[in-house]
Amino acid sequence: MDLSFSKEDLAFRDEVREFLATSLPADVKDRCDRGLHPTKEGQIRWQKILNEKGWMAPNWPKEYGGTGWTITQKYIASHEFGHAAAPIALPFGVSMVGPVIYTFGNQEQKDKYLPRILNSDDWWCQGYSEPGSGSDLASLQTRAVRDGDHYVVNGQKIWTSFAQHADMIFCLVRTDSSAKQQEGISFLLIDMKTPGITVKPIIGLDKEHSLNEVFFDDVRVPVENRIGEENKGWTYAKFLLGNERTGIARVARSKRQVERLREIAGLERSGGKPLAEDQDFMNKLTRIEVDLMAVEYTELRYLSMIANGKALTAEPSLLKIKGTEIQQRLTSLLVESLGMYGAPYEAERAYEGRNEAPVGPDYAHGPMAEHLYLRAATIYGGSNEIQRNIVSKMVLGL
Amino acid sequence: MDFELSDEQNMLKDSVERFVKDNYSPESRAKLADTELGFSKDHWKKMAELGWLGLPFSEDVGGFGGTAVETAIMMENMGSGLVLEPFLSTVIMGGGLIAEAGSKSQIEAIIPEVIEGNMMLAFAYAEPQSRFDLNDVETSAAKSGDGYVLNGHKSVVYHATTADKIIVSARTSGGSRDEAGISLFIVDNNASGLTRRDYRTIDGQRAADIKLDNVKVGTDALLGDEGGAYPVIKNVTDRTIAALCAEAVGAMRTANNITNEYIKERKQFGTPIGKFQVLQHRMVDMYMEAEQSKSMSDMLAMKLELDDEDERRKAVAAAKAQIGQAAKFIGEQSIQLHGGMGMTDEYSIGHYFKRLTTIEMLFGNTDYHFKQYAALAS
Repeated sequence: MDLSFSKEDLAFRDEVREFLATSLPADVKDRCDRGLHPTKEGQIRWQKILNEKGWMAPNWPKEYGGTGWTITQKYIASHEFGHAAAPIALPFGVSMVGPVIYTFGNQEQKDKYLPRILNSDDWWCQGYSEPGSGSDLASLQTRAVRDGDHYVVNGQKIWTSFAQHADMIFCLVRTDSSAKQQEGISFLLIDMKTPGITVKPIIGLDKEHSLNEVFFDDVRVPVENRIGEENKGWTYAKFLLGNERTGIARVARSKRQVERLREIAGLERSGGKPLAEDQDFMNKLTRIEVDLMAVEYTELRYLSMIANGKALTAEPSLLKIKGTEIQQRLTSLLVESLGMYGAPYEAERAYEGRNEAPVGPDYAHGPMAEHLYLRAATIYGGSNEIQRNIVSKMVLGL
Repeated sequence: MDFELSDEQNMLKDSVERFVKDNYSPESRAKLADTELGFSKDHWKKMAELGWLGLPFSEDVGGFGGTAVETAIMMENMGSGLVLEPFLSTVIMGGGLIAEAGSKSQIEAIIPEVIEGNMMLAFAYAEPQSRFDLNDVETSAAKSGDGYVLNGHKSVVYHATTADKIIVSARTSGGSRDEAGISLFIVDNNASGLTRRDYRTIDGQRAADIKLDNVKVGTDALLGDEGGAYPVIKNVTDRTIAALCAEAVGAMRTANNITNEYIKERKQFGTPIGKFQVLQHRMVDMYMEAEQSKSMSDMLAMKLELDDEDERRKAVAAAKAQIGQAAKFIGEQSIQLHGGMGMTDEYSIGHYFKRLTTIEMLFGNTDYHFKQYAALAS
């Protein structure tokens, strides 16, 4: 056991800091720090900068373009990114489908898709949930029927984040209706420009458009776009979900939120004094900060286990539960910190063409949007109730 | 001791329930919230015809002479439908201030117009630095000739846009946090030097930030005694908080009903998700929070009529703190139990969550009222 950083680690930290100080575009940083959704253009611009530096995929094996960082270096990079309000790469390509492709895909698929993910040439979205299949994902109904060299896909996906920007969607589809639910599913990569695909926006609680419904009407998908074996898609889907559950804790971002809360608490007033001197408020912040530290060191301990070849079962579910609960407590406290200026709220598009900034102090722009959006954090990626079921069954044997 | 409603009160309840049923389907409400005005003038007229806009005013000015209990009945049932009309701003706050502190001529000029539905009011009390402290007033009112000159910034003034007159708290003497030296002024919305920044709030309502730049008003604009407005503001705020608590009770009850129905209908793993024990217990917790909130709201409405100021203030603080916590819990869990559906603008539950979120922060959040209670109890 050892928590100290080596001389090399410290040099690496300086390199990351230097890179972020010089390369992170101010507009991208501003949106990220406020907790606003990235713009498509800004996100791609930033990811291309990351790729040029060779830092797009810290978790990929080196042979596919990964960084080859040690777990200590990954931790340092993640911490510095969070502190600098540097967006992490969108998960759909690099964290979700990428590892599925290099783990289960064939050589042709690796050659075709992995470089395009690294260079953000394709914007990916995730075709998992359906109207009748949320927590019970394996009950999905979207069907793919073999027709020569193609599958013909019919059905509907829902809650598809940023499908309106997407070039590609990875989809779970039913290829065998007679088999047990989990045994008739395949994993397809589908070009969003294929005829028969319709994307319909869902306006969220936050009045923004980040979610969508995606409809498939006789969509012809080449068989070569199937990952691995037919009807074995559930295995790949679960592998992907396991990966999703670790990053979902977003510890570094939450650490930055704690910093923001301290900044705002120094500026807002309560009872005629700085909010930072309000014991009730600061106690809440302190409790979150300590809880966050517990998640941080749990995540590090698990990463260390993985690095030492020990297998985890459902431990990542713990990180998902605790991490998302903290994210919500933080945005809730951010809104609270604003006093009455938590109430004014309009969707960003309401300001287009208007020559005025959002009302209230500058830091009031963002927290409510993020607070509303992050109500989904305990729902997406497998609701926290489902995660608790998983821990109960897989770890505790109940 | 009796928590039951009288026949007359039951009639009022039925009448508000019918109004909400007829006019506030989730679709109608969503459409209305999205109009420029953000509410319906026809509804307002209807409320006037039903006599609701005169509910708390005394009979000698044409009112109904209702107590805080009648206001609570009205607000609770309007909360069920997330009613958007500015009843709270115009009748309880604006009208309340005029009725409590106004001169005979001010009352006669304004209250009948409010009751008839011809005049709307707003109350500008908050400032960017004040947070929830009603005594933290930096806006100044300087004596000048035969009137006053107002300067300052009032923040998040609900329904200022549609108000004919805005009642502004301003300092005529004393330091910026003194309770003494605060005065109230009735200012025309179109007064020269008054600029409004209008905006929407997350609960689908309308508010504005108001800048006062050498706004000149006559002595007849002074509402109540110069420098003596703080107790008036406190009293009206207490009644406003009681009304908000009742609104929250209605909103929580309906949010719970919607959620309860949803978890009975929504199937996953081949069974309604309401059959899962973890969700049953959650729903029970939500139900218990709503039940206790109803008790606190009723208690507050009755205690508001007490003469013992400390007892009254403790009831206000306790009710707002408990209901604030309940509103947050029920709002958030309603979304959680709906899953993705709860995250959409189209489905109604999110709108309950958002109104409950603002009720928690309006006139002092949960922390603020726990502090108030602690100070009163020690």
